[in-house]
Amino acid sequence: MSASRYDAIVVGGGHNGLVAAAYLARAGKKTLVLERRPLLGGAAVTEEIFPGFKFSVFSYVVSLLRPEIIRDLDLPRHGLQILPLESTVTPLDNGDYLASWSDPDETRRELCRHSPRDADAAVVFGRLMHHMAMAVKPILGMVPPDPASLSPGDLAGLLKLGGHFRSLGPERFHALHKLMTMSSADYLDEWFELDALKATKSASGIIGTFLGPRSPGSAYVLLHHYMGELDGAFRAWGFQKGGTGAISNTIADAARAHGAEMRTGAAVERVLVRNGRATGVALANGEEIAANLVLSGLDPRLTFTRLVDPKELPGELVDGIRRYKFRGSSGKVNLALAGLPNFTCMPGVGPHLRGAMSISPSIDYLERAYDDAKYGEFSRNPYMDIVIPSMIDPQMAPPGKHVMSIFVQYAPYHLNGGWTDARREAFGDAVVKTLARYAPNIESLILHKQVLTPDDIERVTGLSEGNIFQGELALQQLFFLRPVPRWAKYRTPIHGYWQCGAGTHPGGGIMGASGRLAALEILKAAA
Amino acid sequence: MLKTSPFHPRTAPLVRAQTWRRWSGYQMASAYDPHPDREYAAIRSSAALIDVSPLYKYRITGKDALRLLDRMITRDMAKLRTGQVYYTPWCDAAGKVIDDGTVTRLGESAYRFTSADSSLRWLHMNAVGMEVSIEDISEKMGALSLQGPLSRAILSQATGVDLASLKYFRMIEAKIRDIPVAVSRTGYTGDLGYEIWVDAGSAVALWDALIETGTPYGITPAGVWAMDIARIEAGLIMLDVDYFSSHHALIEARKSTPYEINLGWAVSAEKGPFNGRRALEAERKRGPAWGFVGLEVSWDSFERLYAVHKLPPKIPNIAWRVSAPVTREGRQVGYATSGCWSPLLKKSLALAHLRAPHFEAGTRLKLEVTVEHRREWADAVVRKLPFFDPERKKA
Repeated sequence: MSASRYDAIVVGGGHNGLVAAAYLARAGKKTLVLERRPLLGGAAVTEEIFPGFKFSVFSYVVSLLRPEIIRDLDLPRHGLQILPLESTVTPLDNGDYLASWSDPDETRRELCRHSPRDADAAVVFGRLMHHMAMAVKPILGMVPPDPASLSPGDLAGLLKLGGHFRSLGPERFHALHKLMTMSSADYLDEWFELDALKATKSASGIIGTFLGPRSPGSAYVLLHHYMGELDGAFRAWGFQKGGTGAISNTIADAARAHGAEMRTGAAVERVLVRNGRATGVALANGEEIAANLVLSGLDPRLTFTRLVDPKELPGELVDGIRRYKFRGSSGKVNLALAGLPNFTCMPGVGPHLRGAMSISPSIDYLERAYDDAKYGEFSRNPYMDIVIPSMIDPQMAPPGKHVMSIFVQYAPYHLNGGWTDARREAFGDAVVKTLARYAPNIESLILHKQVLTPDDIERVTGLSEGNIFQGELALQQLFFLRPVPRWAKYRTPIHGYWQCGAGTHPGGGIMGASGRLAALEILKAAA
Repeated sequence: MLKTSPFHPRTAPLVRAQTWRRWSGYQMASAYDPHPDREYAAIRSSAALIDVSPLYKYRITGKDALRLLDRMITRDMAKLRTGQVYYTPWCDAAGKVIDDGTVTRLGESAYRFTSADSSLRWLHMNAVGMEVSIEDISEKMGALSLQGPLSRAILSQATGVDLASLKYFRMIEAKIRDIPVAVSRTGYTGDLGYEIWVDAGSAVALWDALIETGTPYGITPAGVWAMDIARIEAGLIMLDVDYFSSHHALIEARKSTPYEINLGWAVSAEKGPFNGRRALEAERKRGPAWGFVGLEVSWDSFERLYAVHKLPPKIPNIAWRVSAPVTREGRQVGYATSGCWSPLLKKSLALAHLRAPHFEAGTRLKLEVTVEHRREWADAVVRKLPFFDPERKKA
């Protein structure tokens, strides 16, 4: 055993682990973060994978980073600097485009060009989503109450939640129920006629899940987008200067300022458990470090079946974790470019290159992309969310050169015949080929190409099956069911062993909410 | 007719939403985009190019040039070396501030003087009996402010001079594509930045050169809205917004001494006679009646005021410039004159005049805000200015 004993050890230096560590250190706990990789951040890392070109290798934008975390940890003082990512442009197959700009009037006029009816509907739709997001958003900041429990804490939580829902009124409550159960395609069909609009909106509902736009349950994730807009005043949506790794470093610096220690290159082999109580961790190199509390920022599979012996756990929990769905469905292609892509629909350099380009021309296009994946193949014509970070933060690439981040769906973890170098290459080619249909000069600009399949994501970050959210954001895995019923409050059956990763409520994206809520639960339990 | 700046042929086509404003009788861009978010971000992240030509500019030369300026400003001219720039206020005989601006020593007896307001009459009044030439070069000279972390890289490349050696508030002569320019390490954003002074006839060519060199570094034309947010974060005061010129104030209560507007540091205690010296000496001994400080609004209290109406907090994306009362324990102790949401610091900030002794850092106060048509009070705390002061500004 090492001489120094810690109050808390956080396994995994992903952003949630770092947030949890910062909150614990802030409360005076002697805290240590252990990260297997040589750099902190988990899936929020910036790496110079080609000389002079910096990539947000995996996660690439900030959307729902909780404002309370930004304030509590004073992240701006430690380097948080979120730059505006203002537009989304969808190239259409007829050579036209559909754009959404930062100015609502411009966006409305643009929509009007395609469908005056949809332009009006969008305003009313926006208001409805606003109200539903207002009702649902408090959930992001609360420990999920279990409706099957009669404990005072759960009842109080449910009552609070019930209040939020009651305040919606019947019409909006019904709309919320639909949103929770329908497919995004069906839901959007009730509002809009423009295919590319529906496709681009529904794309946000399929990211990170193994669902298509016509799969029931995909509508709910639409709400996440509007929850981000409620924080609009706070402007926590956009591109972090220096890439997503800079956010991780910012949180780590805040944690250090409160006294937390960080060790990289320190792989935890297992959590030490004695008499049903966590006592520390053992590293892969044999070193043991003692602590009163151990937090796992890893996903539920690793937390419950790798770091501890499943024999220590109730069988139903282990069963639940085994059934918990990861099914990584997305890949990433990062390009170092000698110049800027020239999109046929909007030739030349323009504001569109400072925003997102969404390859989502129609619902059918997305659903066909899903069809390929359903039967074990990567999409021949995938959905892609493309940003050029160097257009927003020129320091991501040498002057005049660029980096392009392409989020790609679908790339199933369980590929027919498994992922090989050749299949990865073929996947990367399909992505570039698809992009070249909209920006024909792209191939001539590529200086370096990094292709990441779910298999690569798992290998590099540890995320099981390469799921970017530590498990699908599907309704049966959300809220008091995340990761499994009865163990959704960050606790585990082992005393002093806690979960703090995105595999817990509310999970997903660079939100930090799981880490914060876990730390607050721990501090409450200790008080 | 409002005047247009010498850069107008290049800036005008960029003003997409025709968001113009008046600035000293000039028609200037509030923003080029409909909203200033991206332009502001450039100031703090890459480089923003801001047309500041409406500043009043004078060239003062002759044997008594130093004597004239020393008599006017509150700082000690004897210490200003060639190639150095002073930021300074100047006062009337009662020690009340007339204006603030810069004095640059161009040579042994040649100076450039800039001000927010026209200063010709005041310069001449102070020059009576002196051997000095005062030339109004306001319209003969264009000025661009290049502000942001990458401004040095762009300007070093454009001038062929390594500007790392140019210290804060120093000036050099240089050439950009054969255009003679003066480059001073100054600005109104509190960031690393430079101001570039050019003959009006070469203004367009200078603009083109800077845009071309700067594009790979993300150079972004920015308007007054973006600069206004940055200057509030930097705690920099603005004439006619945060204070009134003693030459314009209709009533005594509207006048301020340098000590009352956080410029006491610029009043020399050692130099010889100058306008307002006696009054300012007395005030220094007595302590000022007012302080000019930062206010940081509590987000939680702000959010609560909106939550009552089931609304998310609403924040303007440009700075506000109206007077808002500030109270302590129910009694008014001052007023805020401008404020903004800081996209960088993620805080609501204001600049405020507070009576002694309520301007000590950490003092808890309340700031009037309007929420859903109603007057409300948000919690606020006094902060020392500037709110934002990055190392790169002076490094």
